[in-house]
Amino acid sequence: MLKINNLSNTVADKPILKGLSLTINAGEIHAIMGPNGAGKSTLAYTLGGRPGYEVTGGDVTFDGQDLLALAPHERAAAGLFLGFQYPVEIPGVSNLQFLRESLNSQRKARGEEPASGAEFIKLAKEKAALLGLDMEMLKRPVNVGFSGGEKKRAEMVQMGILDPRLAILDETDSGLDIDALKIVGTGINAIMRKSDKAVLLITHYQRLLDYVKPDFVHVLSNGRIVKSGGPELALELEREGYADILGAAAA
Amino acid sequence: MTALALPTRRQEDWRYSDTDAVAHLWPLPAPVEIRVRAGENAAQHFLQQNGDDAVVVRDYHVVLDAGARLDFHLLNMGGRLGRVTFDVTLGRGAHFALHGAIIGGGEQTLEIVTAITHAEPEATSEQVIRSILGGHATGNYLGKIAVARDAQKTDASQSVKAMLLTRTATANAKPELEIYADDVKCAHGATVGELDKAALFYMASRGMDPATAQTLLLRSFVAGVFDGIADDDLRATFEAAALAKLEGLA
Repeated sequence: MLKINNLSNTVADKPILKGLSLTINAGEIHAIMGPNGAGKSTLAYTLGGRPGYEVTGGDVTFDGQDLLALAPHERAAAGLFLGFQYPVEIPGVSNLQFLRESLNSQRKARGEEPASGAEFIKLAKEKAALLGLDMEMLKRPVNVGFSGGEKKRAEMVQMGILDPRLAILDETDSGLDIDALKIVGTGINAIMRKSDKAVLLITHYQRLLDYVKPDFVHVLSNGRIVKSGGPELALELEREGYADILGAAAA
Repeated sequence: MTALALPTRRQEDWRYSDTDAVAHLWPLPAPVEIRVRAGENAAQHFLQQNGDDAVVVRDYHVVLDAGARLDFHLLNMGGRLGRVTFDVTLGRGAHFALHGAIIGGGEQTLEIVTAITHAEPEATSEQVIRSILGGHATGNYLGKIAVARDAQKTDASQSVKAMLLTRTATANAKPELEIYADDVKCAHGATVGELDKAALFYMASRGMDPATAQTLLLRSFVAGVFDGIADDDLRATFEAAALAKLEGLA
């Protein structure tokens, strides 16, 4: 589904990703772990097409399509969802308005009929209930006045409504207490664990992986994937820290 | 503000204007006189949506007697030059509110010029101005508040925010206070900004096309300016006119 081949980039002229390769197939959940500054968030933003994240080498295909040639909103319409580590506040624009316009923009780009008001509200109610988010919150401006946990839950409601094929979730677990973590983990499974979908989880910690079991775990360091393995690799990292693993990988 | 000679940019209140355009309109139309009698309330509005080549200068002379109130709503978005001025004199305890928006593109010059005189004690005035400028447009707000020596307990506020959509658009904001009383409250704030790039990327990452995202952000920027229009149909007319113009700028 997603093929990243030897991807390099710069942010403000500084090289961050240095020849990263990764293949994600439908039905798989991958986790990327790594120390601060390894390039984890940069990978997410680059795949999402954030301005300022300049690709200097390599290529990325999404369902065989050149992902890097698409504008950010076209990537979303193609089925890519980017979960933000720090969801953005948009004063004056309600969550419902934001999501309905987003959904209908996507549908239009795919040549589908727009969702009617009733159809959209039904969908929003269903996904809000799944994530335990009060519908009243969705009437409020996007992320304004939301706690850290509420923002992450709202992100997952967005994901549920937009129904992407591939979700790249950048530290969706940060800022969550144990109860919220469990709800978000269950939400990710309910929305994304399907044979025709895939997830790339970016995280510092093993704890989210207790709820969303990855099929593959990768260690990112200095802009490249230096080690890959099964779920046991995350436990090993948690136990021994990055230094030992990275030392062994470098040796 | 009636002058016998053509205005020039040397005159303070024409400083940022398009004086070449004004020549086509000379001599200027007579000011519109508004007087609200003691204790009465009035609401007025001006939806200035003339064609691209029009030159529009509208001067309001407003006198508010003791305890009178005027709520004015303005959407200034038409013409090569669209200039709306208010010369307001407030009696004791009177209230003047101006909620105005400027939406301009192309080569337009759109301006709101106010001179509010708090001539007597306890009068209040409130001005909320939001400007959105694209293309090579220029948007000006020049707002003078004068508080007379005896006009104690004056409460005057000016909130002016401009949004520039292009590097070639210009916003000028010039609040000016002239206060001769010593027990007054005069708040003013002026900002000039651009669309929030983080918000635009967030919206794009959810699949929203850039034109829709821009229009949504701009709508929220001017939202509230017309909330105080009591007549539902009139408010809808203002909002629809603003939206149509915003969509044209995207």
